[in-house]
Amino acid sequence: MMLRGLLKLTWIELKIFLREPLGAFGTIVIPVLVFVVAGRLLGRGLAPSALAASSFVSVGLPVLASILISVTAVLSLVTIISIYREGGILKRLRATPLRPQTILTAHVLAKLLLTAATLALMVLAGKRYYPVGVHAPLFSFTVALLISTWSILSIGFLIASIVPTARFAQPIGAFILYPMIGVSGLFVPVESLPPALHALSRIVPLTYSVSLLEGIWKGDTWLAHVGDVAALVVVFVICTALSAKVFRWE
Amino acid sequence: MNPIIQVSGIRKTYGRTVAVDEISFEVNDGEIFGLIGPNGAGKTTTMECIEGLRTPDRGTISVLGLDPFSAVYKLQERIGVQLQQAQLQKRIKVWEAVDLWASLYRKNAADGERLLEQLGLIDKRNAWFMTLSGGQKQRLFIALALINNPEVVFLDELTTGLDPQSRRAIWDLVRSIRERGKTVFLTTHLMEEAERLCDRVAIIEHGRIIDIDRPENLVKRHCPERAVVLGTDDRTAEELFRAIPRVETVIRSDSQFTIRGQGDDLVTEVIHCLSENRIRVTDFRTILPNLEDVFIKLTGHSIRD
Repeated sequence: MMLRGLLKLTWIELKIFLREPLGAFGTIVIPVLVFVVAGRLLGRGLAPSALAASSFVSVGLPVLASILISVTAVLSLVTIISIYREGGILKRLRATPLRPQTILTAHVLAKLLLTAATLALMVLAGKRYYPVGVHAPLFSFTVALLISTWSILSIGFLIASIVPTARFAQPIGAFILYPMIGVSGLFVPVESLPPALHALSRIVPLTYSVSLLEGIWKGDTWLAHVGDVAALVVVFVICTALSAKVFRWE
Repeated sequence: MNPIIQVSGIRKTYGRTVAVDEISFEVNDGEIFGLIGPNGAGKTTTMECIEGLRTPDRGTISVLGLDPFSAVYKLQERIGVQLQQAQLQKRIKVWEAVDLWASLYRKNAADGERLLEQLGLIDKRNAWFMTLSGGQKQRLFIALALINNPEVVFLDELTTGLDPQSRRAIWDLVRSIRERGKTVFLTTHLMEEAERLCDRVAIIEHGRIIDIDRPENLVKRHCPERAVVLGTDDRTAEELFRAIPRVETVIRSDSQFTIRGQGDDLVTEVIHCLSENRIRVTDFRTILPNLEDVFIKLTGHSIRD
């Protein structure tokens, strides 16, 4: 019965999100555009052989775009949760037999579905417009991205707990999440970061997402990335436990 | 009478602010019970404790024989709730909201489409929540509160911010909820609303209940004063009016008299005096105290202050 409520709420949240003109554009179209446009711009100057050898175009950029998909999903979750709290929507849902965790699970499911859909769109666009053919194991990569998103979503709930009002949700979330991409090893290998940033990168969950996604994209086995998955699970457990304590429903 | 809600000695503090202090009352099966008082008096806190949304620091509550704290989900299956100043998702459609809410309850939900029809929302079933007017939003919240065929319906400041016409329409709806055999528990700071709608009211201020009874009994108990305003050119009338038993003051301005006194018999006595002395009157009306006057009497200030 509650499964019925969960599925219906997830479905409605997805529909509502797609009706939001800017929300859907920002979370779906922008990462795909970054992927395709940047790939073409970077690829234009390179000969086909050099292109294939350019690890940023063939691995870095797809992973960057995927991380963007994930981070924008989390940012939109933070915003939605804080708007819902401010508008009393969370409270109204709590006044039904729906369990509080079911309400939040619906949002997680909606975001994971959107992430998967955006990734699929990116791959489709990539097949047509991207300078380097996509040969990555797509199923494994999708699973890796969903694990990573699921883990960062728990940070999203933590951020949603601390933002004072809905107006601050997007900027505070962006302020916390985007710098994480900088030290995640995506642009500069973690090893060549200055010691302080290196240390920081080890506690930033996105570092493990990037390592996992890059590895899976390049064709590594899951076994080689057990550590990354474990780190992401630890992040999820810690953040979920913390948000269970500090999450505000109103 | 069969109490559906029993509240006994509840207290709730937020930091050093005491929101609700030693409140006790009972709500009977099938009545419309109103908690009335100014903003910040503790109405919403009390209601949300009964709904299981808040836990009181002290005291016990029983709703339909259930403890709202330990049996909150069981309870929420059987009650319907409208929260003060609640919103829904901006872009959720009316029918989607009703459909979603229907799926949240274990027992068979009411027919959503019929509810929308009864609440005059059927033309709006495909409209987004954000495009609805204040009255339409409140009617949708009533629909959501009724979707699980609840035994008790909670309505918190239902008509605040609505125009008089929408307000009257909502009052009719609330009466129709009672006619379906449900118990209604509402809060309001509108005395007219309480007077027209409620079978019994509890007056609450600073987190304490001052008195509970039927509105007319409260008026009788706390405001026995009656006044008759009449117009006459009869020069001898003033002395005659003063001689009426239980008349306290007679004020004259030109040909208009205001006669004040105690008790229900005052009006009869005045009419008796008029007919006995064949006094010709050009105007006659009575001023009866209402809940607003009771409130002022009990608290020393108007509910709007």
